Amino acid sequence: MTLAAADTPVTGHREAEAPLAVEATDVTLAYQQRPALWDVDLEVPRGVLMAIVGPNGAGKTTLLRTILGLLRPAAGRVRILGRPYREQRRLVAYVPQRSSVDWDFPTTALDIVTMGTYGRLGWVRRPGAAQRERSQAALRQVGMEAYADRQISQLSGGQQQRVFLARALVQDAEVYLMDEPFQGVDATTERAIVSLLRTLRAEGKTVVAVHHDLQTVTEYFDWVTLLNVRRIAAGPVADVFTEENLRQTYGGRISGIAGGHANGVSAGSAS
Amino acid sequence: MDVLGDLLFDYTLRTVALGSAVLGIVSGAVGAFAVLRRQALLGDAMSHAALPGVALAFLITGSRTPLVLMIGAALAGWVAALAILGIIRASRVKADAAMALILSVFFGAGLVVLTFIQRQPAAGKAGLDRYLFGQAAALLEVDVITMAAVGAIAVLALLVLWKEFKLLSFNPDFAASLGFPVRRLDVLLTSLLVIAIVVGLKTVGVVLMSAMVVAPGAAARQWTDRLGVMVILSAALGAFAGVAGSVISTTAHTATGPTIVLVATGIVAVSLLFAPRRGLAWARLRAWRRRRLLALETVLADLAALSAQHAREPDRAHHVAALYAVRGRSIVDRALAALAAQGLARRGAGDTWTLTERGHDRASRAARLREADEGAP
Repeated sequence: MTLAAADTPVTGHREAEAPLAVEATDVTLAYQQRPALWDVDLEVPRGVLMAIVGPNGAGKTTLLRTILGLLRPAAGRVRILGRPYREQRRLVAYVPQRSSVDWDFPTTALDIVTMGTYGRLGWVRRPGAAQRERSQAALRQVGMEAYADRQISQLSGGQQQRVFLARALVQDAEVYLMDEPFQGVDATTERAIVSLLRTLRAEGKTVVAVHHDLQTVTEYFDWVTLLNVRRIAAGPVADVFTEENLRQTYGGRISGIAGGHANGVSAGSAS
Repeated sequence: MDVLGDLLFDYTLRTVALGSAVLGIVSGAVGAFAVLRRQALLGDAMSHAALPGVALAFLITGSRTPLVLMIGAALAGWVAALAILGIIRASRVKADAAMALILSVFFGAGLVVLTFIQRQPAAGKAGLDRYLFGQAAALLEVDVITMAAVGAIAVLALLVLWKEFKLLSFNPDFAASLGFPVRRLDVLLTSLLVIAIVVGLKTVGVVLMSAMVVAPGAAARQWTDRLGVMVILSAALGAFAGVAGSVISTTAHTATGPTIVLVATGIVAVSLLFAPRRGLAWARLRAWRRRRLLALETVLADLAALSAQHAREPDRAHHVAALYAVRGRSIVDRALAALAAQGLARRGAGDTWTLTERGHDRASRAARLREADEGAP
């Protein structure tokens, strides 16, 4: 087997004591005979910030959607904190790709954030003062309290992203699954997301994020999974995020990118 | 104005107005969601597909009871929607092609059955052809009661599951991640659309009913950024279009469906043009103002540049031709007129121009702003 980092230090694998935050086993999923994910394992210990990295079409979003039960794998299984997603929904928050929704929808930033409370509200019950208050607090946490009543199409891309993050915060989960949270955001938003990720880690939460910018992996995340239909490698960034593994993942088309891994380069584009 | 009196006291007109109001409210409220979910074409396909349902329901039961015909229409519309979904899932045919295909097949089949019925000697066949373009004058009290009852179910369902339908329309994936059965909610909301279509069929007809689903919602979206307001406004606009159109058609003896749709289209046109913020007319006006302001600033800067060439004589007047040399004539003329009106520039003898003191101030402030813009990225 070429799974270089298959011997990741997975501590406490026995579900009884410390179940993994996310565990996908042998997940295979194909679109019309083209595998999008082929026998992929994913082990995310609790309390880490994990990036899922890989080229376009590597199955990163597909993997995330499979974990969320939005896609049914042809083979394999997924566990969240030791149990199927169905039973653990309330422990999981989801930040979809910003471009996956129509931002011209007639509603406000606050209303979008309040949607994060719908899961616990259940059927028919409407959000009340308590839910709105929590949503306001979440908006404050991402620096968007001034935009609560703004129509969502009037927000910048970064502000929209922060609204989505606030919605996930309101879900008050243990595991946060994020699809490209840094995609096309401004510097302010990038800082806000990074500080949010650190807050979540400090609170013992787990974050799994699809990420596309190799330059920032080392700075923003502590664990990483390299994916290209198969899992190439996974583990702590320091062990796994090597030029050799990246070359395997990207098929040798990454000249120089892994250099960003070296100290000091990662903060180069601050302005 | 006899029409108002007739609305209250004339039995036919009152029935017509009530029926059209009901159909407008239902199709407006449900249609608002269809517009947001981009289901306009699906609505069109389903309304055309209802025709064979109406005809077959009559053929099988021999009854023209509104509820029977409505159920037939709804079933046919439903089968059509399922067929469209099936084609999209099972083949490489794209959604628009699948809808066009199903629409024409069902509509064609409906016309065949309808002509077959017309040739039968049986009694009571008359009036089914009204389902093509609708005829409000043919509405009976029993029609209106049935429409109101069926429509009330749809509107009630919309209110009860408001939060779920909103989430489904904005972000179905997120709804699914929260555990809401998205597929079933989708089916339910589409069923409400079928109901809204079926409620209006006798009045508006299968050919144009989809316009009543789309037009009020599209118009309402222009005026508001809140879902609740949009749905209420859409229902109100639908009711207005329905009542106005059917009353006009009944008194002027025009086909009802087309008349209602013309009124609704008028509402959409006004909304697209004049709604604040989103209206095209205002967008044009804003663009025009911006251009004028830009021209003014440009000519102001030109005059400042000319004056700066004479350090010892900043108030030397320059002939307008010096400005024509660098900008278009009409731009310069309009900008100079505006500058003069604002007291920023002054016209001297022989078509010469100088900046006033305020003009100099404004020009140097603008220059500093430009520098600041270019200096800091």
